[in-house]
Amino acid sequence: MAGSTLHDGTTPLNAAPNQTSDDAHGYYTAGDPIADPVAPTGPIKDRWTNRKFENRLVNPANRRKLDIIIVGTGLAGGAAAATLGEAGYNVKSFCYQDSPRRAHSIAAQGGINAAKNYKEDGDSTFRLFYDTVKGGDYRSRESNVYRLAEVSANIIDQCVAQGVPFAREYGGLLDNRSFGGVQVSRTFYARGQTGQQLLIGAYQAMERQVAAGTVEQFTRHEMLELIVVDGKARGIIARDMVTGEIETHLADVVVLATGGYGNVFFLSTNAMGSNVTAAWRAHRKGAYMANPCYTQIHPTCIPVSGEHQSKLTLMSESLRNDGRIWVPKKKEDCTKDPRDIPEEDRDYYLERIYPSFGNLVPRDIASRAAKYMCDEGRGVGPMVGDFRRGVYLDFSDAIQRLGEDAVREKYDNLFDMYERITGENPYQVPMRIYPAVHYVMGGLWVDYHLQSNIPGLFVSGEANFSDHGANRLGASALMQGLADGYFVLPNTIRDYLADGPFEKVDESHEAVVEAKRAVQERIDKFLSINGTRSADSYHKELGNIMWEYCGMERTEDGLRKAIDMIRELKADFWTNLKVLGSADTLNQSLEKAGRVADFIELGELMCIDALNRRESCGGHFRAESQTDDGEALRHDEEFAYVAAWEWGGDSLEGGQPVLHKEDLIYTAIEMKQRSYK
Amino acid sequence: MNLTLKIWRQAGPSDKGGIHTYQVQGISEDMSFLEMLDVLNEQLNEKGEEPVAFDSDCREGICGTCSLMINGEAHGPEVTTTCQLHMRSFSDGDTITIEPWRAEPFSVIKDLIVDRSAFDRIIQSGGFISANTGSAPEANSVPAPRDKAMRAFNVATCIGCGACVAACPNGSASLFLGAKITHLGELPQGQPERYSRVVDMVGQHDHEGFGGCTNIGECASACPKEIPLDVISQLNKDLRTALKNGY
Amino acid sequence: MAVSGLLFIAFVLAHMYGNLKAFGGEDSFNTYAEHLREIGEPMLPHEGALWIIRIGLIVALVVHVACAVILWRRAAAARPVQYAVKKNTGSSLSSRTMRWGGLTLLVFIVWHLLNFTIVKVNPSSGETGDPDHNPYALMVDSFDLWWMTVIYLIAMLALGMHLHHGTFSSLQTLGWTNTATSRARARAAGWVVAIVIAGGFALVPLSVLVGIIEK
Repeated sequence: MAGSTLHDGTTPLNAAPNQTSDDAHGYYTAGDPIADPVAPTGPIKDRWTNRKFENRLVNPANRRKLDIIIVGTGLAGGAAAATLGEAGYNVKSFCYQDSPRRAHSIAAQGGINAAKNYKEDGDSTFRLFYDTVKGGDYRSRESNVYRLAEVSANIIDQCVAQGVPFAREYGGLLDNRSFGGVQVSRTFYARGQTGQQLLIGAYQAMERQVAAGTVEQFTRHEMLELIVVDGKARGIIARDMVTGEIETHLADVVVLATGGYGNVFFLSTNAMGSNVTAAWRAHRKGAYMANPCYTQIHPTCIPVSGEHQSKLTLMSESLRNDGRIWVPKKKEDCTKDPRDIPEEDRDYYLERIYPSFGNLVPRDIASRAAKYMCDEGRGVGPMVGDFRRGVYLDFSDAIQRLGEDAVREKYDNLFDMYERITGENPYQVPMRIYPAVHYVMGGLWVDYHLQSNIPGLFVSGEANFSDHGANRLGASALMQGLADGYFVLPNTIRDYLADGPFEKVDESHEAVVEAKRAVQERIDKFLSINGTRSADSYHKELGNIMWEYCGMERTEDGLRKAIDMIRELKADFWTNLKVLGSADTLNQSLEKAGRVADFIELGELMCIDALNRRESCGGHFRAESQTDDGEALRHDEEFAYVAAWEWGGDSLEGGQPVLHKEDLIYTAIEMKQRSYK
Repeated sequence: MNLTLKIWRQAGPSDKGGIHTYQVQGISEDMSFLEMLDVLNEQLNEKGEEPVAFDSDCREGICGTCSLMINGEAHGPEVTTTCQLHMRSFSDGDTITIEPWRAEPFSVIKDLIVDRSAFDRIIQSGGFISANTGSAPEANSVPAPRDKAMRAFNVATCIGCGACVAACPNGSASLFLGAKITHLGELPQGQPERYSRVVDMVGQHDHEGFGGCTNIGECASACPKEIPLDVISQLNKDLRTALKNGY
Repeated sequence: MAVSGLLFIAFVLAHMYGNLKAFGGEDSFNTYAEHLREIGEPMLPHEGALWIIRIGLIVALVVHVACAVILWRRAAAARPVQYAVKKNTGSSLSSRTMRWGGLTLLVFIVWHLLNFTIVKVNPSSGETGDPDHNPYALMVDSFDLWWMTVIYLIAMLALGMHLHHGTFSSLQTLGWTNTATSRARARAAGWVVAIVIAGGFALVPLSVLVGIIEK
């Protein structure tokens, strides 16, 4: 196929993959290949423009007759609620937090990319597109990524208009900085709290619509089931977390903007409440889960300090712009005060191995390098298991070069946070960092319109398998969330809604009654097992399995072992769980039980996906697939596809997930083996 | 370290509630305050006693979900959120009293969890700049003076946790209010609605049942994001200007 | 509240200044007292200006007290359940005692007016009405009693504290403390006003008691 011209005049630059290995044999069923049914055609730069024109419109008078449910109020959900509310639709917005403003987008620190080229340093839409595809190790759809790069500039305009206080230069114009993995300055930022400021912008826009009556907000509500009627998503079952009431909400279309599932690792930089339940319930109702094994491990987190740890804290990787990463050359130096280790005994390993990118290599490379240094016994900080799990991030050069005040202005909140958590002052002692799970590139499968394979179910933000391929570049998560919420979803959902309002569904419809009954049964089950272990203890055990065998480095044997362990854990969970309290009040143990149950099932699928993908790409590193000098090695001829998994029943009852492959064909960018040396 | 915890327990909004005493052992100084409560809850669960309900989410000091009055101080003795408070701030043998935020508009839902939806309603009343998606001009077409943009940012760091209300002897939310008024009022984009915004937001604040400000200053000292008291002065100034101009 | 408060500050400042005339001796003080009644004559009737000021002060008092009552009631309604433990970490004692301090001042003002303005009770002789028209003598007689001086000193402490926070608070309420610098200035103004006024007032009774000022 490569070299021949497609019907739209573009030329494919790679052949369709053909998988010859079959590591996951026996764990899955092969399904039919799939393709994006609404994939755009033509020159890449015109695809989105043309699509916006082709997509049908909904008459303003009809909009208020159309009900849209949006689950999640982060950047993707909050921005979509605001925009669709402004357009005049009837929006119902749900979040488990006590306010939409608390969604975990708020924790993003570093910044948001946009191809504005304000620095005149050679940036362009195409370069942002190119960097994102390359950074994602050629495992994303090029049309989607191009669209993302294209709307990135509009996002900045929109946010500034809303009053997002981005950093500015003395002349009052917007400032930019360069961010992990790229050589242009295209990142807009608000100190180390960019996510917070962008989220508050979206939140305020959404609250404005609440006041206007177009958006109805349901806080402390958790979606526990998707309602599918005649093959179409028509609503959700949600639990009011205060009263315990199980509520039915019906609509013409359902949007899931429920974030990522990094908490499957128990310890991650996600919020305590971040969970996969909404996405997993949809998956069990038929929605495909794509590339679940693509996990981003963030290199600059505060290391684990002990057993009690409930979450990990990220330090923005903007720190890598000015900090230098090193470990002692000699093992015996690892317990010394770092300030007493002379320059010649320090190994600035990233600068040594990757001279052109140095400390700014992509996240996965930086993370794995830190792991290897610690595995060699050259880690620093407290012992965790058999190793010290930490490397130094040293600002003494930057402080000398720029002065402490300049460093303080850039990073004070991060430095303060570090000092609060560790009790050490990073202006004087080098920080200690270690990788932690931060983001998942995998998620529910969607087409170019962000619609899943269930008609009427749209998925946006981190919850979809998204535009990041196998690895996400820094400052691109905020970009994608807002692109989906403000600009993409509102322009694609209308094409679906143009057929609506759909036939009215009643609460007494058999599918609705059945969904509600299933939710009730599950809750009753959690409360009646009456075993001995808390949901939290299962979560912790699952996390250990996942981190050990499905973390930074994955092997065939390890993954098989992990699958067995997870299955045992699952069986134990359903017979030995202990949830106290009742269903008709606020009950945090009950909430947790439901989330952990879904995480266990997801963890199993992640391991199967990782086992099947016998290649290393982006955030997925299979030890069996590396170059002689230990670099990740892709196998495009086998794996240039999206692995979309269909729920095939509970594995304890003999069910197996079904694998559908969507080939990735590039016409604008030629696949290259990544090299940051 | 070993600690005695005196914790407010309240089964639901209509329950009377009261202080219960618990002991926890083997707490490490590297634990966060909430991880210490996790340990307590795991113990309670084992004993068959219902765990203490408390709010937390990001646990990195930015989402504003966590609360708690710790020994009479909102978010405890350090200038940070409860989730970023570490046990090294306490000593072995300490008795720690933990209560929910207390304010009429913040009614207790369960144990240490309160309802802060009044803050959402205050934002709904005018805490935004009306800019529909797609209508925005090119971002650099309106420069914003750097000092003003910096001030806007510094006060926009408010996380809406409610510590200001909890600490205020008057139960006023003026710091929260002032932070938003100042954030939007310092930016060129915020000017068109500046004066209607302050009138509407103050009206909603009073309607929710928060107390009036007497400039005591407990709010600013409790604020984990160190929002200064001058935002309340800014609020007053904008309100004065608004009323003078007939808003 | 802020405006009426600032009016009071202006008033007590002038009042304190007048009191210091006591150091000029009997004639100076009594002439000043008499002159107060003659301001604006002949355009205004005798005591006309004084009554205008008095009415102004009464209106300000009503406004001030009404605002205080509203704020107090709102505060009580905003926190129906008290904390078992509550610490104050960022506020002055004066800011937290405005209400009780204000009440103390109100009670004091009633006594003060009975003492020197309305009934003119001379506590040492029991005479009323100041038949000699000698305010100076009435003042010296009053403060020669140690317990009268104590009452006045306590009242001046209350006044000082009320002014310490009140000065800052009124500037803040009027929106004149938008920066860290202006806020620090307003705080300093609170100290200056409190010390100058309460100190200035306290000088006279103390001087009488120790015999610097005598008949």
